[in-house]
Amino acid sequence: MAEPLLQVKNLSVSFQQDTVVDAIDFDIYGGETFALVGESGSGKSITALSVLRLLPNNANIQADSIALNGQNLLTIPEIEFCRWRGRRIGLIFQDPMSSLNPVMTIGAQIAEVIRLHFSLKPADIERRVLELLQQVEIPNPQRRMREYPHQLSGGQRQRVMIAIALAGRPELLIADEPTTALDVTIQAQVLALLKKIQQQTGMALWLISHDLALVSNMADRIAVMEKGVLVETATRAEFFKQPKHPYSRKLLAALPEMRHCQDKTAMPSAPLLQVNDFKVWYPIRKGLFKRVVDHVRAVDGVSFSLQQGKTLALVGESGCGKTTLGKALLNLVPASGGQVWFDGIDLGQLSGEALRKKRAEIQMIFQDPFAAMNPRMLIADIIAEGLKALRPEINAEQRRQKVLQLLKQVELPASSAMRYPHEFSGGQRQRICIARALAVNPKLIICDEPTSALDVSVQAQILQLLKDLQQRQRLSYLFITHDLAVVGEIADEVAVMYQGKIVEMGPAKQVLMAPQHPYTQKLLKAVPVLAAV
Amino acid sequence: MIVLWTDGLIFILVLAIAVSITLMLRKPHFKRPLAKITQSKTGMVSLVVLLCFAGIGLLDSVHYKDSKTQDIISLLDHFARPLTERSEKTYSAPFSAYLYSKEMIIGEDGLEKWDYPRLKYGGAHLNNPEQEKWPDILSKAATGFGKGVVLALLLYLIFWMICGRKLAESFRPATKAALLTLFLVISLFYMLAYLSHWYHVLGTDKVGEDVFYQTLKSIRTGLVIGTLTTLMMLPLAIGFGIMAGFFRGWVDDVIQFVYTTLNSIPGVLLIAASILMVQVYMANHAEQFTSVLVRADMRLLFLCLILGVTSWTGLCRMLRAETLKLREMEFVQAAESLGVTRPTILIRHILPNVMHIVLISVVLDFSSLVLAEAVLSYINIGVDPTTYSWGNMINGARLEMARDPVVWWSLSAAFLFMFTLVLAANLFADTVRNAFDPRRAEHG
Repeated sequence: MAEPLLQVKNLSVSFQQDTVVDAIDFDIYGGETFALVGESGSGKSITALSVLRLLPNNANIQADSIALNGQNLLTIPEIEFCRWRGRRIGLIFQDPMSSLNPVMTIGAQIAEVIRLHFSLKPADIERRVLELLQQVEIPNPQRRMREYPHQLSGGQRQRVMIAIALAGRPELLIADEPTTALDVTIQAQVLALLKKIQQQTGMALWLISHDLALVSNMADRIAVMEKGVLVETATRAEFFKQPKHPYSRKLLAALPEMRHCQDKTAMPSAPLLQVNDFKVWYPIRKGLFKRVVDHVRAVDGVSFSLQQGKTLALVGESGCGKTTLGKALLNLVPASGGQVWFDGIDLGQLSGEALRKKRAEIQMIFQDPFAAMNPRMLIADIIAEGLKALRPEINAEQRRQKVLQLLKQVELPASSAMRYPHEFSGGQRQRICIARALAVNPKLIICDEPTSALDVSVQAQILQLLKDLQQRQRLSYLFITHDLAVVGEIADEVAVMYQGKIVEMGPAKQVLMAPQHPYTQKLLKAVPVLAAV
Repeated sequence: MIVLWTDGLIFILVLAIAVSITLMLRKPHFKRPLAKITQSKTGMVSLVVLLCFAGIGLLDSVHYKDSKTQDIISLLDHFARPLTERSEKTYSAPFSAYLYSKEMIIGEDGLEKWDYPRLKYGGAHLNNPEQEKWPDILSKAATGFGKGVVLALLLYLIFWMICGRKLAESFRPATKAALLTLFLVISLFYMLAYLSHWYHVLGTDKVGEDVFYQTLKSIRTGLVIGTLTTLMMLPLAIGFGIMAGFFRGWVDDVIQFVYTTLNSIPGVLLIAASILMVQVYMANHAEQFTSVLVRADMRLLFLCLILGVTSWTGLCRMLRAETLKLREMEFVQAAESLGVTRPTILIRHILPNVMHIVLISVVLDFSSLVLAEAVLSYINIGVDPTTYSWGNMINGARLEMARDPVVWWSLSAAFLFMFTLVLAANLFADTVRNAFDPRRAEHG
């Protein structure tokens, strides 16, 4: 085998006493795609940043060597290393919005990198910018290069980030979760682009990701990190055929898969939730008197029904109106039209106290478990909040008992009650949010991307908990998600939303395995699935 | 006993603080942050310093009519009576035995000469100040300090006998630091008090009044302006701020209109107008304001009120912005979907999450309010000229800065006390903020 392009030997990184990367060794060869996989907090990003020497000052980096083409990166003085970053090693970040300067045109931002590393005439720089924008397949580059980041879509911004990284013609491109912030269809495009550019330029691609399915389609070799330790390094074929380390096996087993969807025959029964021609329009106001000139049709005439004890998955890409629909059903966002029949009652006819009580039978679990709890309240108070508001007649002791019982239901220790939210991990917090929702005995829970902020293994646990609770208490879920694999794990029925409308609806198996609508087909095609090896 | 307006408000405030602390001690999860404060060295030391200031301020807030002179005096005046009675003719430097300015005096030889006369009281017991003064000061300081130490130890002993056992169980480094600070403060204060029997330890001012006495009296004014103004401003700022941010719509429009209007009127103008109105009112109702002290107190109260009315806008704007952010947080939406009513959401979810901003800006405002008082005194719309305040002291000393040798003591004394008070308040507020933020609970 040839000399490795990047050779990392015995790298450790620690912050004060915490060792976040513990004596790892790996090599990256020219032209290959090397994937570093791990859950959040496993130290994969820290590893990449330590190679680029971009860690904060309180980080303690120790390594026998980090060598690029045989030259030890640790011994190069900082001032010279500045010329290496971008020129020899490029980097793409996760969030393209916060990585671009909002007050500079994208052309200027690309040109900045070129000017830094090559001494070219202004005309040549412009030509190179155009060439790069063409390379990352941005349509109409002449016009686009004079635009600002906010005028571009998320996928286009990530393409610009790739162009910036490519501007220095690096030998190694580090992509740190390059598609996590993007929709599935865009993600597929960006990944295909990365692959194509890699083939054109022959550079090495170091992909950092938490998504094994994605990695299985991209990588030549895979390394798995757990808590700062590199537990397994293998070629793709070896890894997916026979993962050696138990942690790798656990990761693979936790991966949700669409083909897990069951073919449940729906018992015909009265629907719990019936939505007819539901609309949420936001007015666009203009002029001195704020005249309404048009509407943004976030949810535009949606109808569906959901039976008791079943799960309806609402699938769609960001901006399709699925979260707005969920919030409007809870009256968190005012609806503009349509009917909602819940439990045989038309919610539109209720008002005041009766509405408040009835609405409480629909609860919501939010996407970000960190923002979903008041950081200054104790867990006991958070869970008891709904009880206090809706059933003021029960006394403090009964409430306490109820809280303890709920904590047990979501498999948390009773000692959690007197602690604050920040003391818990993401998965535990999501459990607390579920307990809070359960406290008021809801019939329907709207789950708004409840697992998208969580690691795969935690996600599997939360999905299992939701399924168990459904069986025990005959709960119905309206499960809002962008992740089709999760849909396969939990849904009985699937509704696909596109630009405010439901384009396809039916039993999970039918929609996932035999999609009818072209958009559903496109969506399903873009989902990364474990490549057959 | 006579209760002036500001006295009453101060006592209500003290009572409110005491009640809220006892209420908090009953709840187990509030005990933790309070215990956190008692564990912080900086927090405890600054608390002791603050309490000393507050103690002097409270002593100065208990007014009664003196049976001999028929004047309204405070307890502090009673204890510091020797200081008030020992006035010189004009300026004299700290610990000086001579007046600051030359006069025609009759020497020992019976001839008139142009020289610095001896002070009436400061260092009057010395025969030959040039040689005797410093050894005398040192020995008296040592005696005073020694007596102070004895006094502090005695206080400890009594304290120990009352609740020693309990203390011994919870003895921590922070408690030690606090006790040490208290010990030093008592000893030093006693030393200064002892020395001021013979000397003017911080000099005298233009009309020969003791500056040490003035600074002590100014503490109350500073505290009153700092606390009462804040008390006036907080309900306005918090109420309007979070309402504007939470309800949006026309509520927001009205509140924004009010504070934009208020902000665009120069504050000084409003203050001048209201102070003049009060003066006119007092002139027309002379029978209600019989003594100088009552009039000065009324003016001080109105100054606090008007400062409060003009200074809530900044904090209000900050709170509105923060609330706009918070109301979109998912925990607020979760509460809404649980059927929690809006007032409850405001109190339980929004208010606790903006308290850190309130605390920081209140403490930062505190110093600027004390300074604002100084500036306002300069254009004669601040506190009454007869009220002792750091502002008046600075204002008086300002004119003498150009003299040679410089009259530095009034200014330095006011500065030193203000600095100590504001620094202690800042450090203490920092500790409180850290202690009550659950996210910081584990660290330092």
